[in-house]
Amino acid sequence: MFLTYLRRELRRRMRQATFISLGLALGIGLVITVTAASSGVKDAQTTVLHALYGTGTDITVTKSPTAGSGAPGAFGFRGQAGTGSAPAAGTTINIDTLRALGLGTISSSSVTKVSGLSGVAAAAGGLTLTDTKITGTVSASSSGGGFGGTGGGGAGGSLTPTSFSVDGVDIGTGELGPLSTGKLTSGRTFTSADSSSDVAVVDSNYATQNKLSVGSTVTIAKASFKVIGIVSEPSDENNSDVYIPLARAQALASMKNDVNTIYVSATSAANVNTVSKEISAAVPSATVTNSSDLANEVTGSLSSTSSLANNLGKWLAVAVLVAAFLLASLLTMSAVSRRVREFGTLKALGWRSRRITLQVLGESVVVGIIGGAAGVLLGLAGAGIVDAIAPPLSASVGTTTGSATPGGARQFGAGGGAGGTGGAGGGGFRQATANATHTVAVHLTAPVTVSAILLAVALAIAGGLIAGSFGGWRAARLRPATALAKVT
Amino acid sequence: MYKLTGVTKDYPKNRGTVAALRGVDAVIEDGDWLAIQGPTGHGKSTLLQIVGGLDRPTAGIVDFRGQDLAQLRETQLTRVRASFIGFVFQTFNLIPTLSAQENVETALVPLGIGAAERRAGAGRALEDVGLADGAAHLPSELSGGQQQRVALARALVKEPKVLLADEPTGNLDEDTRDEIMVLLEKSWRERGLTMIVVTHDSTVARRAQRIGVMKHGRLTVK
Repeated sequence: MFLTYLRRELRRRMRQATFISLGLALGIGLVITVTAASSGVKDAQTTVLHALYGTGTDITVTKSPTAGSGAPGAFGFRGQAGTGSAPAAGTTINIDTLRALGLGTISSSSVTKVSGLSGVAAAAGGLTLTDTKITGTVSASSSGGGFGGTGGGGAGGSLTPTSFSVDGVDIGTGELGPLSTGKLTSGRTFTSADSSSDVAVVDSNYATQNKLSVGSTVTIAKASFKVIGIVSEPSDENNSDVYIPLARAQALASMKNDVNTIYVSATSAANVNTVSKEISAAVPSATVTNSSDLANEVTGSLSSTSSLANNLGKWLAVAVLVAAFLLASLLTMSAVSRRVREFGTLKALGWRSRRITLQVLGESVVVGIIGGAAGVLLGLAGAGIVDAIAPPLSASVGTTTGSATPGGARQFGAGGGAGGTGGAGGGGFRQATANATHTVAVHLTAPVTVSAILLAVALAIAGGLIAGSFGGWRAARLRPATALAKVT
Repeated sequence: MYKLTGVTKDYPKNRGTVAALRGVDAVIEDGDWLAIQGPTGHGKSTLLQIVGGLDRPTAGIVDFRGQDLAQLRETQLTRVRASFIGFVFQTFNLIPTLSAQENVETALVPLGIGAAERRAGAGRALEDVGLADGAAHLPSELSGGQQQRVALARALVKEPKVLLADEPTGNLDEDTRDEIMVLLEKSWRERGLTMIVVTHDSTVARRAQRIGVMKHGRLTVK
């Protein structure tokens, strides 16, 4: 009788039941879509943080460069510090230097000190460097100036500056540091035997652009390195182009016993903040950054989307859901009002209030479940639409925020120095790197999880129960004589 | 069966009260058929609701089979209604979404009778009122007379001790009224029912053993 009565009643109130179901479906669909989008944003943030940070790395330690510490040598001719004297016309220029830009140096002993701290599982030093090549011939018209860096005027003519990023990798701790996010696509990665060899692992994009393959040679600071492997990194914009053993990077950059990034892995995620504080104490002048700091510094469309999903989306979903619940409750109570005679009659026949309440509750829960099922479909469709039309998002971490983000000198603005007819050459790279931001492009997906669907079903049933409770409460309160007197 | 002593019923109205029943005393024996007549608004239906356990008196005793209905808890009253009292209303009060058969079954639901037994009982009850063919029809597919037959079957299916009818022929034409009255009389006679029928219709009232008149909340039984 319960099911027959329920089915017939819902059929009689088909339009109203559909209306309530659609309201609930809309609310639940929004909850699923927003939950999926939030989950997608979270995944994207994880991707970004991994790309900026390296898988397995919990904390990075860097130092801001001190004023005037650009790098030794800057852009003198023949590999020496600039003297300010003008090169003669027709002079062939071939400069190839490897320098640390945008990050201050940290003593290698700090790596040992950090790795010895409690709560630290492993620590690895790294050198983030830039190889800059300037080649060409000085023309007569431009021979009046110096060239970049430490002084003089500008140098003109057919000089071609190129640069690429180089990471010195601590081979002993390969699971940490800049190579940890990469996937080897060909060749091999470093082994302990490579620690002082001139061998390099090259980023797949850089390899494609420069037609490099395993066995090719890449020149760094005038030294030839044999390519032993090609790696593919998850993000395109923040990778180093070439990875070489740390010892070789230190030698070529004249930074023996120095690193500019320490990658730290904590023994547990819960320890990260404590370990960060310990490192700050152990290496006082360093900037210690962990994933939550980095997440806070992420700006760009990913950050905007995150705010949108967490604030507007969440509250919109809640508002629609509350409105749907209210609508369902009001319509259910209105339906009960129209059935006063029916319930009065049933009470006169001896039906208990509880049974009548259950009948109303059952009807509402079925409507809620139908709304929930439709809401899941709507939510899946919404998530599908987010997947299909969401534009690629970008996340940026700027060095201007004050922290020296790991890999801080990987991306460059316009190179300074090499142009112009005399004068105005100096300081270009420094300025560019100081303002550099590290941008990672990610595609936003909206994965619908089982837990989101279960949440939707629970919400649907809750919606039905809330609406049914109001209706049932009203039905239960009816006194049969009053109910019958209203119509007889 | 019933012994009513000083039964009064006041309804709140505006800031005061209106007395619907003013000290009704009456004794209704097992198997009695009492017809109650009287002007509209003089307490006939109120009295019927109080003896049917649908409402409680403001004061007085409604003794039914040795228990005062006025003092019973709601669940106990519900049980009394489910087990002992059948109702027939002027407007039939059938559940519009249920078939004739299912409407009759609703009276057996509170007794905890199984589905198969309910179906069989409802079928027999409909047969008794001459509506076996209309069992599958919805109320909207039945005439007024047929709907009242279904209501009568619903009232009688649980074999109650008391049948309370509030203007059972009020919405019917004369021929149908007579058919329904024949059925009521037959049920009363064959089942030994105690029957209280509120009616404006003197033709209906004349069929009863006794006639009571309600006027200004007081009952006078002839």
